[in-house]
Amino acid sequence: MKVLVPVKRVIDYNVKVRVKADGSGVDLANVKMSMNPFDEIAVEQAIRLKEAGKADEIVVVSIGVKQSQETLRTALAMGADRAILVNAADDVHTDIEPLAVAKILAKVVEEEQPGLVLAGKQAIDNDMNATGQMLSALLGWSQGTFASELDVDGDKAVVTREVDGGLQTIKVNMPTIVTVDLRLNEPRYASLPNIMKAKKKPLDEKTAADYGVDVTPRLEIVSTTEPEARAAGIIVGSVDELVGKLKEAGAV
Amino acid sequence: MAVLLLAEVTDGALALDATAKAVTAATKLGDVTVLAAGASAADAGAEAAKIAGVSKVLVAEDASLGHRLAEPTAALIAGLASDYEHIVAPATTDAKNVLPRVAALLDVMVISDVSAVVDGNTFERPIYAGNAIQTVKSSDAKKVVSFRTATFDAAGDGGSASVETISAADNPALSEWIEDKVAESDRPELTSAGVVVSGGRGVGSEDDFKLIENLADKLGAAVGASRAAVDSGYAPNDWQVGQTGKVVAPELYVAVGISGAIQHLAGMKDSKIIVAINKDEEAPIFQVADYGLVADLFEAVPELMEKLG
Ligand SMILES: Cc1cc2nc3c(=O)[nH]c(=O)nc-3n(C[C@H](O)[C@H](O)[C@H](O)COP(=O)(O)OP(=O)(O)OC[C@H]3O[C@@H](n4cnc5c(N)ncnc54)[C@H](O)[C@@H]3O)c2cc1C
Ligand SMILES: Cc1cc2nc3c(=O)[nH]c(=O)nc-3n(C[C@H](O)[C@H](O)[C@H](O)COP(=O)(O)OP(=O)(O)OC[C@H]3O[C@@H](n4cnc5c(N)ncnc54)[C@H](O)[C@@H]3O)c2cc1C
Repeated sequence: MKVLVPVKRVIDYNVKVRVKADGSGVDLANVKMSMNPFDEIAVEQAIRLKEAGKADEIVVVSIGVKQSQETLRTALAMGADRAILVNAADDVHTDIEPLAVAKILAKVVEEEQPGLVLAGKQAIDNDMNATGQMLSALLGWSQGTFASELDVDGDKAVVTREVDGGLQTIKVNMPTIVTVDLRLNEPRYASLPNIMKAKKKPLDEKTAADYGVDVTPRLEIVSTTEPEARAAGIIVGSVDELVGKLKEAGAV
Repeated sequence: MAVLLLAEVTDGALALDATAKAVTAATKLGDVTVLAAGASAADAGAEAAKIAGVSKVLVAEDASLGHRLAEPTAALIAGLASDYEHIVAPATTDAKNVLPRVAALLDVMVISDVSAVVDGNTFERPIYAGNAIQTVKSSDAKKVVSFRTATFDAAGDGGSASVETISAADNPALSEWIEDKVAESDRPELTSAGVVVSGGRGVGSEDDFKLIENLADKLGAAVGASRAAVDSGYAPNDWQVGQTGKVVAPELYVAVGISGAIQHLAGMKDSKIIVAINKDEEAPIFQVADYGLVADLFEAVPELMEKLG
């Protein structure tokens, strides 16, 4: 079985973002970018499936600016076999909407015929939480979102999902799309020899036009602003003072 | 302009708070029809009909809709879509599972986690873990939107909407439900509680997490946790507050042994009053706290319990 893992290049989760003064967006020039943390988990899961003999090839794909190559190389260094970069934007500030990403991924799926797509549950930049579900709809496949456990067995997969009420377990038909949650696994770090080896692994470059997908956004960004800051608080000296303050504020 | 609102129905019961909050947001868009779907959904539909501002309720009952599986639910909604300009829901995990699928079936974008409605096409939503607020304007003919419940007040009761029964779509039979693991609790629900007490890695163990739970019970609060506390097995996943967990905005949020990473702040910084107890005075949580107490939680929490009387 081939596993396809879409990976997104996003601002590193440790970086505090700054909204540009003109309200046009967030400043992404010269900030540290990394693979979306959820996608690291997806890549790790694919590698584990391969190690368990359930997958034979792992293809990673990223859609966006040329610099997404770095993200793909990271996935290759972790253990993916092959990468596809779909150039769809020139400016690092251009983000491709999940619908367009899903349409491109659907074409990649047509070409590659994977038995499983493992995506992140959300990208930590836009937090849209949409791409996997959209891809699933476009392909008419089953979906197992927010997975904290995954067991692939022949033409079915059992997925345990993190939901508001706790955990839900479902069984889905293969081929399927699983979006991964934080507790599915702990991704490995790439070793130096593997980072070197990854440089020689195949990386195909395509464009959105190659797939005939129009990536024109459906959502126009009117403005981007800083959230309202909280008024400064105080440090209390004792539990007594804390209880006093809370009573004063009518909070207890 | 007509709005179809997917009610939050779990095992036949309406999640009133989440649904009523979404109704508040949806009435800004137009005439609201609520869809109650489930293996049994008639009771939920009847209850939704009483929410003020709802003008009509559709009830779809079918075994295939029983466990909020995405494929049959999305097929049902997509089949109803021609009558509506907006398809909306509270931003629960169920809706986040279903709505993007609906949107793709309709060839439109989904707009997730909306925190304010500007007009019928324009919405505000937090991005980058709430470190920026983006206003987006949709050019799609239909808008598929989930509402962040923490930022809307629940609509009241007193409604008397008509209720109509409809049939389910053909079940694509792509998935089946196996089980739900839901912890029973007498505590208030995390996303609607007036008070939330959360524990982090600083609490140190599952046993010691009882300290957090006891303080919560003393305050009539829901219990929350940081990701580190959940990952370490001190607390179940559905207690996680943050960018990738639940978003809460209670009157009072008490963070105990939590450092205040941006991903955690994303889930609680709109709380009215924030109290932080942490032994490290440099912990970033103090930057958002109204009242900070630099102390060892194992001393401070028992003392707090005692002094609260
Ligand atoms: C500063 C800024 C500028 C913006 N500018 C534009 C703009 O010019 N044009 C525009 O259309 N929109 C723009 N947007 C909005 C943006 O397109 C959407 O809101 C955004 O794409 C939401 O989806 P997500 O990336 O959070 O995806 P999610 O659906 O949350 O992602 C889930 C998973 O899908 C996969 N995935 C998602 N994207 C990719 C990808 N590119 N490649 C590979 N895998 C992927 C990954 O596995 C990921 O974990 C902008 C947003 C910001 C903050
Ligand atoms: C993609 C992604 C998504 C994430 N999503 C979330 C999310 O949704 N929610 C979330 O919470 N996190 C999330 N995180 C994790 C986040 O970055 C932090 O790692 C996490 O919030 C830390 O949890 P913590 O504050 O409990 O632990 P720590 O950062 O380890 O802090 C523990 C604190 O306890 C204090 N302490 C220790 N002992 C005591 C004592 N005896 N008395 C008093 N204080 C004590 C310490 O001083 C310290 O400040 C996410 C991370 C990533 C990468």
